[in-house]
Amino acid sequence: MIKLEQAWHDALRQIKTWAQINSPWAIHFNSGSCNGCDIEILATLTPRYDLERFGIKLQGSPRHADILICTGPVTRQARERLRRVYEQMPEPKFVIAVGSCAISGGAFQGCYNIVGHIDQVIPVDVYVLGCPPRPEAIIDGVVKLLQKLELSKDERQRAKTNE
Amino acid sequence: MHNTQAEKFIVPMGPQHPALKEPGHFEFTLDGETVTHAGVRLGYVHRGIEKATEARTWVQNLYLLERICGICSHTHATAFVLGVEKLAGITAPPRAQAIRALIGEMERIHSHLLWLGVAAHEAGFDTLFMFSWRDRETIMDLLEEITGNRVNYSANVLGGVKYDVQEKHADALRRALDFLETRTEHYLEVVKNDEMFLRRTRGVGVMSRELAEAWGVVGPTARASGVARDVRVDAPYAGYVDFPARLILQTEGDLEARFSVRIQELFESYRLIRALLDHLPTGELVKTVPRRIKAGETVSRIEAPRGELFYFIKSNGGDKPERVHIRTPSICNMSSVLSLAVGHPLADVPMLLAGIDPCFSCNDRMVLLKQTARNGAHADEWTWEQLHQHGIEYYRKQKR
Repeated sequence: MIKLEQAWHDALRQIKTWAQINSPWAIHFNSGSCNGCDIEILATLTPRYDLERFGIKLQGSPRHADILICTGPVTRQARERLRRVYEQMPEPKFVIAVGSCAISGGAFQGCYNIVGHIDQVIPVDVYVLGCPPRPEAIIDGVVKLLQKLELSKDERQRAKTNE
Repeated sequence: MHNTQAEKFIVPMGPQHPALKEPGHFEFTLDGETVTHAGVRLGYVHRGIEKATEARTWVQNLYLLERICGICSHTHATAFVLGVEKLAGITAPPRAQAIRALIGEMERIHSHLLWLGVAAHEAGFDTLFMFSWRDRETIMDLLEEITGNRVNYSANVLGGVKYDVQEKHADALRRALDFLETRTEHYLEVVKNDEMFLRRTRGVGVMSRELAEAWGVVGPTARASGVARDVRVDAPYAGYVDFPARLILQTEGDLEARFSVRIQELFESYRLIRALLDHLPTGELVKTVPRRIKAGETVSRIEAPRGELFYFIKSNGGDKPERVHIRTPSICNMSSVLSLAVGHPLADVPMLLAGIDPCFSCNDRMVLLKQTARNGAHADEWTWEQLHQHGIEYYRKQKR
């Protein structure tokens, strides 16, 4: 009986990982960015770059999202919002920090209303450099994240065969 | 029985919302579908840039101020540079001034095409969104070819520009303009004739000339209501002295007029860029500007894609500015959305908001509202000594 449940869980997890890799849904939150990264993220969705061919969809609600794409340094006003958006996302969830500001505070280091960078508030999985990063770089960041997921899938399988 | 008549229904929007690409919080009180009251809470993107300028040198500030807004970064830098040059008593060489105007116009094209896409997206017209963003990539490629970056080009330096426009750039630009011109003609036709789209725009959010003047609206939003106001025409700066811009004016004041004014401005930008390329002055690109700027204060006005951008710059003779104050076009236009939204169905609100082309990262400046205290003095105003004393006491408390 227990064995059956375990198999059921394994199957479910496999389906989840498969769905995550093939069709991750992303949400975008700007916590104090200058807009530069935001328009580049939007540009990745448009015909030239067309991120949607990887099955990635940018959509509105954090409750439906797998990936949180963050831009900008975190301002005092946006900190609670960023945390709330992150907490509203269902597990498993991943965060991509886009742009120099999101990584280190960038040009805004030392401004009185800046708390810091994204990973001082929420954990980050992938960092994309640039001010702003090119759309190709953002796509590369997303693909890196998907590869990471795929790797973790392989590792799990290897662990299973070793058992 | 529940009395629904007396109850207010409030719809919050933001700070994270699919219709907003940037954080801003709106609250709409509804009666059925109709908005009866609208409120806004801004400041999510307030970073404290004006204060930060005081801790950075004149050159460092150039790069900081460029990052106020990623869409109109060049205009911010140009406004600052022109102000500082005025203080230092230096005029940039004519070729630099022309290249400033050239990149400014390229930025206007990219900004207006971006806006056209976003506004169409708010109307549910995603085909137009995708098409206009596809065409926008041609101008982004050229911006990258000339300056090396797609966004935040940093073409300006104090005393001139960094990048030269060569003959190969000019040829590529001319070809791109030919392509964009045919596309823009198509967009103008769509915006003026598409029946579905006209139902979302024609007669929606009508702002009369009187209202536009009373609310202090600027830029294309004002020009769609018949207010003839364009800094490029009224007080030419940089390259616009030798290459005058034409004023695009429309009097209807509804969303359709705002669409058509911006699209016609694209044609004007194409014409200006062609004129600039054909008669680009020759000569040097940069003049040397001293590290310390002469003491004094000045204002500098620029026509950003969204309207008049205003800089106040004060120097005390050092290598850092004493005060920089920035007034951006979006904050001037924001109040008009709140007043216009009243009486419209909620579904029109994202369109009205997109109609002014809001830019929240420009928006979130500190504004001081004077409140009179009981004893007649201004409660919010502190003298330097008071502030100094407060700082000492604050940190003493922190230490304990």
